[in-house]
Amino acid sequence: MLRACLRGANATARKNYRRIPLTSLQQCRHYTAGESSSASKVVVAGLLTVSGGIGGTILYAKWDHKFRAAVEKNVPYSDWLLGLALGPPAQDPGLPIKKRVELAQPPSMIEKQVKKSAKKEGAEGPVKDSSPVPSKPAQSIEEASAEATHIISAISEVPSVPAPCDTEAAAVKEECKECHEHKEATAVHPAPTEPMKERPVEEVAARLAQQEQEEQDISASVSASLEDSLASSAKATLQAIGAQEAALQAIIQHTDKLKEAMEAEVLPEEKSNQWKDLEAALADRTTALNDARAALSKANESLDSLRSVIDKSKGLKISSVRPLVLAAEENLHNMVVDLDKMVMKVQSAESEAKIVSQYSELVNEAKRQFQREVSSLTPEIQANWKGLTGKLSTDDLNALIAHAHRRIDQLNRELAEQKVREKIHVDAALEQQKLEDQKALDNAVNTVLQHVKEEARLEQERKLAELREVMEAEMRTQLRRQAAAHTDHVQDVLKVQEHELKAEAEQVLSSKMLEQETRYRQLTQEQLDNFTLDMNTAYARLKGVEEAIDSHVVAEEEARKAHQLWLSVEALSYSLKTAEADVPTVPLENAAQAVRDSCRDNDFALALAAALPEKSLQRGVYSEASLRARFNSLRSLARRVALIDESRNSLYQYFLSYLQAALLFEKSQEAPPSQLSSEDLDPFKLLSYASYCLEHGDLELAAKLVNQLRGEARRVVQENDGEGARRTRSNGEPEVLT
Amino acid sequence: MSEKELGKKWDRCLADGAIKLGTGLGLGIVFSVLFFKRHTWPISLGSGAGLGMAYANCQNNLRSHYMLHRGDKEQ
Repeated sequence: MLRACLRGANATARKNYRRIPLTSLQQCRHYTAGESSSASKVVVAGLLTVSGGIGGTILYAKWDHKFRAAVEKNVPYSDWLLGLALGPPAQDPGLPIKKRVELAQPPSMIEKQVKKSAKKEGAEGPVKDSSPVPSKPAQSIEEASAEATHIISAISEVPSVPAPCDTEAAAVKEECKECHEHKEATAVHPAPTEPMKERPVEEVAARLAQQEQEEQDISASVSASLEDSLASSAKATLQAIGAQEAALQAIIQHTDKLKEAMEAEVLPEEKSNQWKDLEAALADRTTALNDARAALSKANESLDSLRSVIDKSKGLKISSVRPLVLAAEENLHNMVVDLDKMVMKVQSAESEAKIVSQYSELVNEAKRQFQREVSSLTPEIQANWKGLTGKLSTDDLNALIAHAHRRIDQLNRELAEQKVREKIHVDAALEQQKLEDQKALDNAVNTVLQHVKEEARLEQERKLAELREVMEAEMRTQLRRQAAAHTDHVQDVLKVQEHELKAEAEQVLSSKMLEQETRYRQLTQEQLDNFTLDMNTAYARLKGVEEAIDSHVVAEEEARKAHQLWLSVEALSYSLKTAEADVPTVPLENAAQAVRDSCRDNDFALALAAALPEKSLQRGVYSEASLRARFNSLRSLARRVALIDESRNSLYQYFLSYLQAALLFEKSQEAPPSQLSSEDLDPFKLLSYASYCLEHGDLELAAKLVNQLRGEARRVVQENDGEGARRTRSNGEPEVLT
Repeated sequence: MSEKELGKKWDRCLADGAIKLGTGLGLGIVFSVLFFKRHTWPISLGSGAGLGMAYANCQNNLRSHYMLHRGDKEQ
């Protein structure tokens, strides 16, 4: 405002001076103009300097924050100006950025870990899902192996798989395979839906048991059927063979008898016997042959049935049955072989018999013919051929010789014919024999071929079975080894776990034991403490009672003395209170002496009494009224020097302090608050509080308040307060003594 | 009594100021008349110097309680 006025004044001055004509008052104008121009120049220069200074300060404050802070501290209202010009002071950016970065990092890492685990689980899921899907047909073996491993891993103790190369173990495997094949069909559907998981032990065991049971049943049934059929076929075959044997024997007998009959020259009676025997033998032979044939047919039937049963049991494809089947087949083969042999023997014997019979027929025929011829020639001779020895005439003899010659010729002719015929017959017979031999040979070859084929097949099957058993055994050993390794590992793990658990349990046990012990000790200690406490209290009470009784007497004496002291102190305080009007001070000597007399044996009271200041005793203490009057005069003085202290004590400050005292008005008396705050320490306020206290008779508080004055005001008031202090001390003495 | 002390100090100040002002004025007049051809400036100088001395003395006097003197330090 001052500047504006100045500016206005300058402007008006300039205007005025411009109006004045230049020529007349040149000097003056020069003087005044120069003065005015110089004045304006000065003012303008001053303004420029000031504004430049402020602008420079602001710029520098913008650049240097410490300078800004110093300026704001030292120059009042500069913070407002600088805030207006530059905005609020900038804060220190500092560390939060780093922290934020760090905080951002761990969440990202945690996220990464979560993602990884999620990925893994996700990968595992689809892997699991996709594993059952591929190659379902080939699942059987894989599943079998996987299930085998599952089974072995699930079962804690691998049972020693029935090692005997029995039908049972083989049956198990075969059953497993069969079951898996059956399950394959059913497992196709649930496989894609649920992932492969280890079957529980109980299920596996139950399934195994079930499989075993089934296999056992089937094998039992199969073996039973095989045995039955084998037995029946064996019986039939044996029967057939026996029958064949019998037939053979009969044939041989018959042929022998026939040969005998033909060749032997025996008596006619015996011959007829022989022929009878022969006929009997022939009958036997035919019956035997029939029997043999029937038995053979039966045996063939039974063998066929056995073969069908074997085929059926082969169709079951159970390995347990295979050896049985093999054995049955072998038996069958043997039986067939034996039967064929017997049949061959019988056939050969039959052919021999046929030849012999043919030969016998021929011989018989020849014999008959000869007899006929002989009878035709000499019918009479025949009647009594033997008794015709003496009656033979020469005619008869000649006729007989001619007949003989004729007969000889005839016989020679017949012999030649017979030779030729015989040759032809022999050739034909040879041919026939050859044919028959060929046929027999073919038959034999065929049968032998069949037998050999059969044997080879049986051999192959046996070898196959052996190989299978070997592989099974090998696999079993491998599995056993794996199981053993697994059991070892499991044992080790169990041992480690056992150790750990033991250590843990022991630790827990020891800690519990310790706890219990400490608690026990605590309890005992508590009991002891309580007991001692009780004892101590009882003893103390006893002592207290005794002391109480003793102190009663002492207390009575003390009370009397105190009463006396109190009386004297009352006298002192009364003398203090009552101030004579003319004498400002009241000597306290008499009263103090009285106090001292009354408290001769009490050191404390003596000390206190001695503590009364000398000055107060001799000269006396100022009375209240005088103190009050003095205070008022001092108040005005203190007001005047309120601003003066150690740092501000120049004359200018004195002038300002006087100005403040003149201009500032405060309440003459104000009730002091119970707690003084920092703004209550203003000297004016303190003086008003002290005045109030003084008016209300609270000299002590007034003295305390006045004691809060600082600086020159304090110094000015100090002497007065010396009196006040003495007064308060003296005032306080009687109270204390009382 | 300390309340009188301040009054005493003021009295001394005023007395001292009056003396010094008068002396300075007088000396200034003398010098102006004798040596400086009745210019005004020695008078103003003398009176100003006198007043200044009085001011300084008064201030020092009033401050004396707060100032540490060499004698006190030696004690």
